[in-house]
Amino acid sequence: MLLIACPHCGPRDEAEFVCGGQTHIARPGPPETTSDAQWARYLFERDNPKGLHLERWLHRHGCGQWFNVARDTLTHEVKAVYGLLDTRPDVT
Amino acid sequence: MADALEGRAPIVWPDRLRVAALPPQARFVFRGDAEAAARAGDAFGATLPMTPCRAAADDARAALWLGPDEWLLLAPPGTEDGTARDIAAALADLPHALACVSDRHAALTVSGPRAETLLAAGCALDLDPRAFPQGMCTRSLLAKAEIVLWRHQPASFRLEVRRSFAAYVWDFLAEAAREHASA
Repeated sequence: MLLIACPHCGPRDEAEFVCGGQTHIARPGPPETTSDAQWARYLFERDNPKGLHLERWLHRHGCGQWFNVARDTLTHEVKAVYGLLDTRPDVT
Repeated sequence: MADALEGRAPIVWPDRLRVAALPPQARFVFRGDAEAAARAGDAFGATLPMTPCRAAADDARAALWLGPDEWLLLAPPGTEDGTARDIAAALADLPHALACVSDRHAALTVSGPRAETLLAAGCALDLDPRAFPQGMCTRSLLAKAEIVLWRHQPASFRLEVRRSFAAYVWDFLAEAAREHASA
């Protein structure tokens, strides 16, 4: 079980949260100049790293806010918690 | 609407624990930014706290922080129309949302020296007074059911439960309370 430090509420049990998958996914340009392959990558293709993963999480049974988490998928260590619109943190 | 916990006799273990259903009351969920919240507090009669996980209350009214732009407002039963009118009038020129949710929740109190232990049977929060002092409130989970937990008095918690979960939460607490029956 993860202990996630919500930016608003502080450390809470993983059961209160919902994971929204990979974060920092950039939407491709205007549809008329975007290829099917680019759209497919944007819509369906996700990283599945062993190690550092940047994810969106929702504090569903808490403050109801989305935020970003940098998590190690191997050790489950939460390396950073930052705002949804913040830039990528300096973690490895 | 009938109270979801109507007819449930309080669970009382003298000097240790008391679980009791609370009567119906007016409830609202208010959403808006800081300026809207400040003005809504003036119209409502209780300040909407800006500090996360804190509640402000007097004898009749309470405002509980649920999120950075979300508050649960509690008021005496039957005041729904007046409260909604007052807040709408005070915020006519500000974007906000005010939803009456009086019948969405049932409320109960868990009090006594064993209150924290009882809630810990189904709630992962640190309920020690140093971590969860009087006046602290939060949405959380109790045995998988979503609750709003508020330490409204030093040794008493108030739980707001979705009405469809109220019987389940009550039965869970009744079961968990059995181990406190004897000292």
